[in-house]
Amino acid sequence: MRYSGFKVIKEALTGHRGWGPAWRDVDPQPAYDYVIIGGGGHGLATAYYLASVYKQSRIAVLEKGWIGGGNVGRNTTIIRSNYLLDGNEPFYEFSLKLWEGLEQDLNYNAMVSQRGILNLIHTDAQRDAFIRRGNAMILNGADADLLTTAQIKKRYPFLNTENARFPIKGGLAQHRGGTVRHDAVAWGYARAADQRGVDIIQNCEVTGFTIENGTCTGVETTRGAIKAKKVAACVAGSSSRLMEKAGMRLPIESHVLQAFVSEGLKPLLPGVITFGAGHFYCSQSDKGGLVFGGDIDGYNSYAQRGNLPVVEDVCEGGMAIFPMLGRARLLRMWGGIMDMSMDGSPIIDKTHIDGLYFNGGWCYGGFKATPASGYVYAHLLANDTPHETATAYRFDRFAKGLMIDEKGQGNQPNLH
Amino acid sequence: MIINHPLLGPRDSAEFTYMGDARLINRPDWQADDAVAQFTDYGYLRDNPAGAHRELWFHEGGDRSWLVVTRDTTTHEITNVELARDVARAEGRSK
Repeated sequence: MRYSGFKVIKEALTGHRGWGPAWRDVDPQPAYDYVIIGGGGHGLATAYYLASVYKQSRIAVLEKGWIGGGNVGRNTTIIRSNYLLDGNEPFYEFSLKLWEGLEQDLNYNAMVSQRGILNLIHTDAQRDAFIRRGNAMILNGADADLLTTAQIKKRYPFLNTENARFPIKGGLAQHRGGTVRHDAVAWGYARAADQRGVDIIQNCEVTGFTIENGTCTGVETTRGAIKAKKVAACVAGSSSRLMEKAGMRLPIESHVLQAFVSEGLKPLLPGVITFGAGHFYCSQSDKGGLVFGGDIDGYNSYAQRGNLPVVEDVCEGGMAIFPMLGRARLLRMWGGIMDMSMDGSPIIDKTHIDGLYFNGGWCYGGFKATPASGYVYAHLLANDTPHETATAYRFDRFAKGLMIDEKGQGNQPNLH
Repeated sequence: MIINHPLLGPRDSAEFTYMGDARLINRPDWQADDAVAQFTDYGYLRDNPAGAHRELWFHEGGDRSWLVVTRDTTTHEITNVELARDVARAEGRSK
């Protein structure tokens, strides 16, 4: 079924009896060409691009719970491509371009809103660093715009530019950045993949890998064994737990990141803003809630909930630039589990086991990468060579000293 | 989280800096034949379990001691706190 304005009107006039399920509920087949573990945004996108771009078939996505119930439904929905390093920026710009055509491609309203993202500048040194990053973005085909305080004041009159400790001295804007309705990304990819014959199998947890003579030939699941020519792990947040079943240790720690939503307010925040002197980022959802977050809690966790010191720290960051935030009440807060890698960048690579592939280590930047992550992972699965924008995301970059460390923090995952 | 410091009693975890897996106490032998491979594993690979985890916490906002805390990563419950010095000495790391 194709979704369209005409279809909405027709259904409205006929009692909405013609809408079917957006994807089939299927039982697992005994064998597939591709088994993708993880029915989050990245896994579903991988399945979609494998089927649509790389013309592969016999594809299954295995999800232990329900699709979109993990981090794709727990993030702060921001999209952007404002990275510095060569290993990252072409990939994230590729992702932003895919976001721009996503809804037409999927025939699904994912509410992609290019409302712009603004990184605030508070010191002269920070301005130099942001100018450099903006130039790197432009060199890679992205857009970047250095704004003066007066230009910022015009768009965001409520920002506290005169804070004695953290004065706002300008900002680096990416006008093509913005937000996307995160759940709709999972649903849109699921529906589009399903239409191309992908089996989406929910409530099917992988309990082990079938590995014979160094080759992965399938997976054990709570719904029986499934054979596969290629098995693709795509479970960021739980990567270490999954890959342990294949005997692998990863350059990853799992950390909890908290996010917050205020009560619904009238429209006041036209774009995404980030505080440069602490760690705070905020946008306003279409329902009116201010969606914001900050640093990870900083210790290994699988608990999907954090502690109060970080809540205080995030809210202090918000209050420093945005004093009226103190008048809004918090409606919800929650935590999600991040694969924090050793250099702050992801891994999309073959493993040392033939037929077993890995995609993870997204730190807390996975949502914006969803389309490109799926695309390049599909490329790797179909061709056994990395996509041109993802050649740096290798396992062996740590041993070879080829880290992609945007913040220059070294192998301390909780600092990335 | 409250960390029950062996010398100072219960302290807020916000006084501490988290430094990761306590296996980092066991720095490899730099003279071993496979020292490069050992240091690559030591520097970059982690067990990252869901459940009991022994980890290093540095009391940066306090007495600057290093602790080995055993904590459940699925509940954040802390079951044991030791001085890292005692742990290292028991493993023969420090003379």
